[in-house]
This record gives sequence, C-alpha cells and structure tokens, in this order.
Amino acid sequence: MSDGNPPFIMNLTLRVWRQPAPDARGSIVAYEASDISPDMSFLEMLDVVNERLTERGEIPIAFDHDCREGICGSCGVMINGAAHGPMRGTATCQLHMRSFNDGDTITVEPWRAKAFPVIKDLCVDRSAFDRIIAAGGYVSANTGGARDANEILIPKESVDTAMDAASCIGCGACVAACPNASASLFTAAKITHLGLLPQGQPERYRRALRMVTRMDLESFGGCTLYGECQDACPKEISIDTIARMNRDYLKAVMTAKD
Amino acid sequence: MDLRSRIPTGPLEGKWERHRFEMKLVNPANKRKYTILVVGSGLAGASAAATLSELGYNVKCYCFQDSPRRAHSIAAQGGINAAKNYQNDGDSIYRLFYDTVKGGDFRAREANVYRLAQISVTIIDQCVAQGVPFAREYGGLLSNRSFGGAQVSRTFYARGQTGQQLLLGAYQALEKEIATGGVTMYPRTEMLDLIVVDGRARGIVIRNELTGQIESHLGDAVVLGTGGYGNVFYLSTNAKGSNTTAIWRSYKRGAAFGNPCYTQIHPTCIPVSGDYQSKLTLMSESLRNDGRVWVPKKKDDKRAPHEIPEAERDYYLERKYPSFGNLAPRDISSRSAKEVCDEGRGVGETALGVYLDFADAIKRLGDATIHERYGNLFEMYQRITDEDPYKVPMRIYPAVHYTMGGLWVDYNLMSTVPGLHVIGEANFSDHGANRLGASALMQGLADGYFVLPYTIGDYIASSKLPPVTVDHPAVRATEVDVTERTKRLLAIKGKRTAASFHRELGRIMWDNCGMARNEAGLKRALSEIPALREEFWENVNVPGGSGELNQSLEHAGRVADFLELGELMCLDALHRTESCGGHFREESQTPDGEALRDDENFTYVAAWEYAGVDRDPILNKERLIFENVKLSQRSYK
Repeated sequence: MSDGNPPFIMNLTLRVWRQPAPDARGSIVAYEASDISPDMSFLEMLDVVNERLTERGEIPIAFDHDCREGICGSCGVMINGAAHGPMRGTATCQLHMRSFNDGDTITVEPWRAKAFPVIKDLCVDRSAFDRIIAAGGYVSANTGGARDANEILIPKESVDTAMDAASCIGCGACVAACPNASASLFTAAKITHLGLLPQGQPERYRRALRMVTRMDLESFGGCTLYGECQDACPKEISIDTIARMNRDYLKAVMTAKD
Repeated sequence: MDLRSRIPTGPLEGKWERHRFEMKLVNPANKRKYTILVVGSGLAGASAAATLSELGYNVKCYCFQDSPRRAHSIAAQGGINAAKNYQNDGDSIYRLFYDTVKGGDFRAREANVYRLAQISVTIIDQCVAQGVPFAREYGGLLSNRSFGGAQVSRTFYARGQTGQQLLLGAYQALEKEIATGGVTMYPRTEMLDLIVVDGRARGIVIRNELTGQIESHLGDAVVLGTGGYGNVFYLSTNAKGSNTTAIWRSYKRGAAFGNPCYTQIHPTCIPVSGDYQSKLTLMSESLRNDGRVWVPKKKDDKRAPHEIPEAERDYYLERKYPSFGNLAPRDISSRSAKEVCDEGRGVGETALGVYLDFADAIKRLGDATIHERYGNLFEMYQRITDEDPYKVPMRIYPAVHYTMGGLWVDYNLMSTVPGLHVIGEANFSDHGANRLGASALMQGLADGYFVLPYTIGDYIASSKLPPVTVDHPAVRATEVDVTERTKRLLAIKGKRTAASFHRELGRIMWDNCGMARNEAGLKRALSEIPALREEFWENVNVPGGSGELNQSLEHAGRVADFLELGELMCLDALHRTESCGGHFREESQTPDGEALRDDENFTYVAAWEYAGVDRDPILNKERLIFENVKLSQRSYK
C-alpha cells in the first residue's frame, strides 16, 4: 500500500538456468534486473528482463506461465533453492518482488526431477502427472444418466476435507521440493479428494492401486515423509493425504484379486 | 451467406426435445470410423472431447498449454447457475431463461437460451456424479449463493474455485477417455489454420510448440472450444496465453464472426498498479453478496477509508439500483464505477478504483463466516496488493473479462463453414450483449456435455464426407500459408517486441472500444490500428528460430491476429449506434445515463464475413425474433 513515500525501486542480480534444448548442456547465466518495482510479480519481473533481452537481440528466458493468478499450475521455478520461492502457500506468479530486498542475488532454476525432464531453460515436462490421473484419477461416470444432485447427501465435513485436497493445481512443486522427487502429495491429493466422497467409493481401492503403480512407473522417487512437499505446496495440501493414500493402497494390495 | 439459425419450430419448451428426436443418429458401430478434432481443453472442449469419445467417436484434442488441465476455465471463481430451485425461492427454468435474456439486453436467441436453462439442471447432476466437491450445508444438501442480475439463489459453487473443480471434473473425464484410447491428446500444440475442403471443415494445421513442426490433421468435423478474445485489450483477466488465433483464422476461411464488439468489462478486479502490469486479477462477483461498493461523496477525497464517516460515503449501487443494489448486473456496475471515477471520486493512488467494503458483513457474520465464504479470495487480494481486506476495504476497478461475441453458430452450434462447430466462449450464442455471472461455466458445459454431442451426430449422419488425405491441394495450400507466415514473422528482425505492439493495441482498444464508446473514438481507433499493424509487420523483432520452443514466436503470431481482430471489433462497435449491455455508445443513453437500445434498427446479430485482404468485411444480419419475452428497457432499480 502506498504510504506516501516516493516509489521504491530495486536492483537485483538474477542467476538463471539457461538450457537451449532437452539434450543440450545447461548453465547458470547472470543477468542484471534493474529498476524493478516491489509491486511487480516475480513473473512480471522476468517479463521486464525478457523484454530487455529481446531488445538487445538475445534469446529471452523460456518459462511456463498462463493464468498468473495461482490456479492453472503452469508456472513454477526454484527460487533460491525453494519451490515457488520464499512465501508460504504461494505460486510463483503470486509471489511479489516486495518479498525480496534491493541488491539481492536471486537464483532461478527449473524443477529438478528425473520424471520432469527440462525442455528449455525453466520449462519442464510434467506430462507424467497427466498419466497418473489417466491411470485412475476420476470417477467413471459417463455423461448422462446421473441422478439428481441432492439425492447424494454428503456431510459438510467430508466435502470440505475433499475440497482441501481437490484444490491441488498440479504444478509439481511437491516433486521439486522432495529430496526423493516423489509425486506422493500430488497422487494422494486426488486419491483423497475422490476417496472421501460417496461417488468415489466404488473405484476407491482400484484407483489407489492403479495411480500408485503408475506413479512408481514414472521414475518418481518413494516417499519417506520428509514433509518438504506440504511446505512447498502453493495450496498448502497436507501430508495427511499421503497417510490416506498409503492406507487405501495397502488395502488394495491386500485384497487385490489379480 | 447462409445465416439460417435452424431454430426448431413449435413452442419454446418443446423445441430441444423435438429437435433431439428429429436429428439423425450415427450407428454406434459406425461412430469409431469418424474422427472429430476438438481444439481447446477448457470446460467446453474437454467436456465435448470426453463425451464424444464415450459415445464412440475417434477424438483428437489439442491445447497450447502443457496439460489440458490448465485451460483458463480453471480460473473461474464464483460459480455455476442452474435452475434447480433447491432454495425454494421461486426459481424455475423459465426464470433462468428470462433473467439471461434480459441480462443480455435482449440481444440473444430465445431458443438457445431456453435450451441452456433446461440443460443447466442436468449439468449439476453430472458434475456431482463425477465427484465435483460443491459446497454443502450441514444436512448434506447442496448450498447456493446469489449472483448479479438475479433475485434468486441459484449459483452452485466450490469455494472461490468453482471453475477449477468443474474443469478438473471434465479433465478427469478426458483423461479417462485418453486411457481408453478414444481420445488422443496433443498438448503444447497450437492450431494455426483451418482446412476447408470442398466447402467443409476437414482439418486443422497445427504447430508443435516443442519442435516447431507444422502438420495437418484431418477429420470429419472440427470443434473449436478455444475461448474468448479479451486479450485484444492486452490487460484482461484472461490467461496470458488466451488468444483469438483459432477463431480468427477460421473467420478468414469463411466462418462469420458474430457481434465482435460485445465485450464484458467485469466490475470487480484489482486495479492496475503500474506500466509493467501483465494481467488483471478478478475478484469474484460473489464478493458482492456481502461487500458494499462505495466511494467518497466529495471529489478528490484523500482521506483513508476509515476516516470517512458514513454520511460522507456514497454507496452508489444501493442508491441508484435499490432493488438489486450491489448485485446489479456486471455491465451496469462497471459503468457506474467508471462514472464515479470520471467525476473525480475514485480511490487509491491512481484514483481509478472504488471500495468494496466488508466491514458491515464482518460485523454481522463474524470473521470466521467471511473467511469460509471468501477466504481464498481475500488471501489472493492481500498477496497482490499487500492490504488486508478484513481490515481495509478492497479497492476494485472494472477490467476486460469475457467476450460475448465470437464465431456465429446456428442452433446446432455449427458455424457458417459446414463441419466447423464452435462451443463455449468461442461462439457468440447465448449471452447477448452482456453475460450474467456464473453463466459462462453453465454454457461451456451445456455445449460440451449435452448439446454438441447430439448435434454433431446429425451433421455427420446427414453429410457426405469423402476421405481426404494430406496431399489434397487444399491441405497443402493451407499448410504452406502457415509455414510462410511463420517464416515472415521471423524474418522481419525489427526493433520492437511483440509485447510492445500488444500493449499499444490494448491501449487503443481500451480508450476507444472499452466501457464507453463514441463515434469519434472508434474512428480514431480505426485509423490507428491499421497503422500499428503495418508497423508490426515491418518492425517486430521475433528472436529465435522456428524449429524449437519459441514463446516469442507464439506470442507474435497471436498479436498479429489481435491486430486484425481489433479493427473488426471497432467496426462493429461503430456500426451499432445503439447501446446494449456491455456495448455502451455515449450517443445513445437515457436521461439518467442508462444504455438506450434501438430495437427498431438493431434487433439483430451482426455476422461479419471476411471478404479478403484489404477489403472491408461484409455485414450480414440475423434478425432476432422474440416470441416469448417482451422487449423492455432493462431496469434494476
């Protein structure tokens, strides 16, 4: 908020991971980011840097982004080693430069995980997440034939807890923050969302089995409950969901018929 | 140009039912022989792709994002309307129909809107069946809230993330069909042109964003669910990638563009804070359920909000529209905000803002209830502005949010190019000149789940669709056009970035084709835009090459299309000398400053037809016939 002081301008040094192609060698390159307003978002700051690079005839820094309001899950970079940067519960696009100090050096890197190969600069391939959902992250309810919505009574507490898990934006910060690069929080969030609702019951154990199996096939690491994921999650999804996933998975394995 | 709306005859209530019976069906065993290309994976595209695959069609689906789950429907906050009458407050299908026609200022087709209202109830059932976690009461029943332009509570919601939850429902259905092999998904893929063979849409030319490879994909029908074109204004609540390219290139291949000037400027967005601003953030209209909008009565009042006593505040919406108050429709609320700011009573550093104050609601309901209703919105506001809305009133200002205009479609959602279907925000059909809150999600899902899957079958069953291969001359020619255009963009090597042109275009559009429009301004824009476009093609600098991930090239291509579309929007706005809904012509207003329609001369859809490079587009008119609703001056007083 304006408190009547003259506008404050920051000058920063960025150290950015540049990698021209998936199989090319990458390196950290330093850039000056001068005349930055603290009211800019982190991505707007990168926009300014990119505009200047383009004007100088250099190749701008590639990064994924779209909605810029913290919900599409496109953006996400490591900022000084932290997924989405220093603010809790905040995606990169919602991080503002007022979280930094004039003169800071900021290191910006892509998500680092075997299952998320780098495409270019700060862009990574997160299609493994789509394949985990395709393995079972849904209720098989084809269009048409649904009964009246109010015939299914759902306790408010169940739907509220389901909604907490369902708010996952699929950004991949949990994987990037995890020392094992595990996708457990992402997978568990969907298993929890659907597993808490009556509509999700018929496929509950099959879903857990298939999604966890897919996750393991995608070269994510295993979960050893460091808890880094929930600290990095822009939607602050709890690792309680992982306990729920493990329970459903275990039951599925114990009762599997094939 | 054939602008037959193909509205079924007979009474309003039975039109869709009868039409469904009269449409031809495709034999279930034959469906897999047909390929349908669905461009876009938002609510409309994903729901259509999933449903078509469930029916047995062979579906290919395309999105420019890295995953279909990221389409901008995800950002819709407030809710989705349905005429369930769960609250027993007098709602009905007819009332939702009436509210929507009236909210659209009598510039939408009655039959389309009635069908939408009928289908609304089924959408909620479908979404609940999928596991969408809509808000519930303690007894386990669904909860509702109110939205602008309605006096009943018919909006279903999932906190302030309704679009996210509905899209994830459709996305999960889509992934389910991808797993069965019914849908092949092409993420990070941009449609760059429409392939028309023997007068029918038979394919698209795409660019793989990762490799730069340009390819032609062919099929039996094409469906565009590619969203709106609000980013022509540069600053809008749209995602950065939202663009007009798919519908614009289709327009240039023969699809009429309906009412391009109908733009929705949403009243509750976070005000602009600086030149570097890259987008605007919406604060859900649902906030107007409990927030009160006001400005100081005095001009240039620099006092902090808490220092301004009650008697010196002007709750202008409550004053001007006592029966709807803070829930007046979007176009009216936006224009009122502009008026008080034009009078010098705006708040905040730029004086382009009004207060949205929750103090009374917090006093009445307590922090906890307000947190439960709007917690995530309050947090988002605080992150962006560094101000706490529990303590200080929010500052809001209108921003471009939605485009009611789009490709013209008939009752079957088919454009003037046979085989090219257009759904969701990309078409022009259901919202007239102003969309009511919580109706975009309803329309996107109605089109995708419940209308298109029937009507496209009728098209396929009643058309001769001989096989087409990629060596067909029309396919080759379209592909060459795309390749040449890409080469040309990269070869200019000028001095200005695509973003700088985009910002300049946005400024021209906002100043002249924004919340209030007049003849002089529109004429000015119509001379400035072609000049800017000319400079673009001489002086844009697109770094990098074509055979790689090149975000500058993607953006430049989209800006090039916006530079053409902006001109058509201004032309449309200039020709429509009446005011209606979001289109406010300063020359046409009532004595108290409300939009004044001219029903005698403008009760039609303006469907613009491309006539070639450097030739003026041709205006075609589809007359709107109102058999059930009486046209009246909209009043929310």
